[in-house]
Amino acid sequence: MDLVIVIGAVAKVAVIVGLLQVSVALLTWVERRGSALIQLRRGPNRVGPFGLLQPMADGIKFFFKEDVLPPFVHKPTFIVAPAVSLFCALMAFAVIPFGGVLEVSGREIPLVIANIDAGVLLLLAASGLGVYGIILAGWASNNKYSQLGGLRASAQMISYELSLGLGVIAVLVLAGTLNLSEIVELQSRSLPFVVYLPLGFVVLLIAGFAETNRLPFDLPEAESELVAGYHTEYSSMKFSMFFMAEYINMITSAALLVTLYLGGYGVPRFIAEPLGLSGNALVVAEVVSFAAKVAFFLWVFVWVRWTLPRFRFDQLMRVGWKALIPLGFANVIWAALLTILKPEWFS
Amino acid sequence: MIALGVMATMGAVQLTVFALLALLALGSALVVVLHRNPVVEGLFLVLHLLSIAGFYALLEAYFFAVVQVLIYAGAIMVLIIFVIMLLNLQPEAKGGPGLVPVFFAFVLGLALVLLLTRAGISFAPEPAMGAVASDFGTAAGMGREIFGTYFYPFELVSLALLSAMAGAILLAKRHLED
Repeated sequence: MDLVIVIGAVAKVAVIVGLLQVSVALLTWVERRGSALIQLRRGPNRVGPFGLLQPMADGIKFFFKEDVLPPFVHKPTFIVAPAVSLFCALMAFAVIPFGGVLEVSGREIPLVIANIDAGVLLLLAASGLGVYGIILAGWASNNKYSQLGGLRASAQMISYELSLGLGVIAVLVLAGTLNLSEIVELQSRSLPFVVYLPLGFVVLLIAGFAETNRLPFDLPEAESELVAGYHTEYSSMKFSMFFMAEYINMITSAALLVTLYLGGYGVPRFIAEPLGLSGNALVVAEVVSFAAKVAFFLWVFVWVRWTLPRFRFDQLMRVGWKALIPLGFANVIWAALLTILKPEWFS
Repeated sequence: MIALGVMATMGAVQLTVFALLALLALGSALVVVLHRNPVVEGLFLVLHLLSIAGFYALLEAYFFAVVQVLIYAGAIMVLIIFVIMLLNLQPEAKGGPGLVPVFFAFVLGLALVLLLTRAGISFAPEPAMGAVASDFGTAAGMGREIFGTYFYPFELVSLALLSAMAGAILLAKRHLED
């Protein structure tokens, strides 16, 4: 093995995991300040400038809280559940390409942790396994509210995984590959796929909200009905692992949307061409462009959460099965028609 | 010589991984059969399916490995565990089945093993493994097989599944109207 490649791989994992944690911390700040902005409040503004150190104070608080293990829980499952959630959330991000190919001392390091051919599928598989964390937490807590939360989560995620899959399949039909880096390269040669498949973009966006259990789809925790749903019995770092998993899932969801439909890390042509970037400078610009696009959708997640009320459960199921899935299928058929009629657009 | 050494260690690594996966698969399968709590059994079935995905990955059929996780562990088992939790199945009472079912289970299991060995699964090491096609285990390779070589059988199977699904919905609906 080439030492540079090994160091590059380890560095990528370390940087990404670290950056994800920092983004989660920042995101909680954005969430709280954003909600305050929308509700005409001030929000946390005492710790550090603009309250920016508030997430750090929260983290310290989580560490020093008592880790309560309630009696009558199913202990092994209760302890494993948050770890499953966080593990799956971190694994899903591994296939997202966040930049082009970096050149370090003559060797090429692609800026993606796992550049594998079945990349999209691995992401879907990881998000599918992530449901177990929530179901197990709900079941192991031995608490009716938690159990209801867990049941809701499994029904919801199964239903919306189908629309998520349909939103992804349409892109695969256009691109003809399962490799996310190739999908991004294809979009930078032609146009971002949102231009060809606006419907698929909407389907994937809505399914993304449902998969991350964010309002208006936060029925698994629904604090006004189920106390805190599946994580009612959790405290201290175990609770914070669920918390981190949810925010990492948001980041992955936004990143998937950006990668499949908005050109991924590609720098828009009207910016890249006047600057005349090339080589590693272009790669840096790509990383910045990726981060900016993802950050925008993270703001959309926050914005929607503090704007829309929660669905009822029957409404949730109706939207999932009777609206999103037919729209998803229509989108796949449209994508197939495009590839047959205008194959020269996607080569 | 160096290449040979690398290949030998690769073999050892693969063998170790295989042994670990086999232990995991057998162990989790045993828990599925022997444990009394249905939810725990369901979870160990998930673990078993994941270890099967590990075998596919070891055979370099990454597409199958991911699809195995996606469909069996990620979708079907979620539904099964959902049903177990919804019905709130209680752990089985102590005292297993009687001697007669155990006897029949043993005989049937033995018959299955004999059949499988007759069907060409040999426990002796293969003298030489033929090279697999370059697209073995990829999405493209599988697509060509399904929609080329085995197109009609595949469509027939999907029809059978569709009619089974329609039948299940019909039965469930009839029960509702009573």
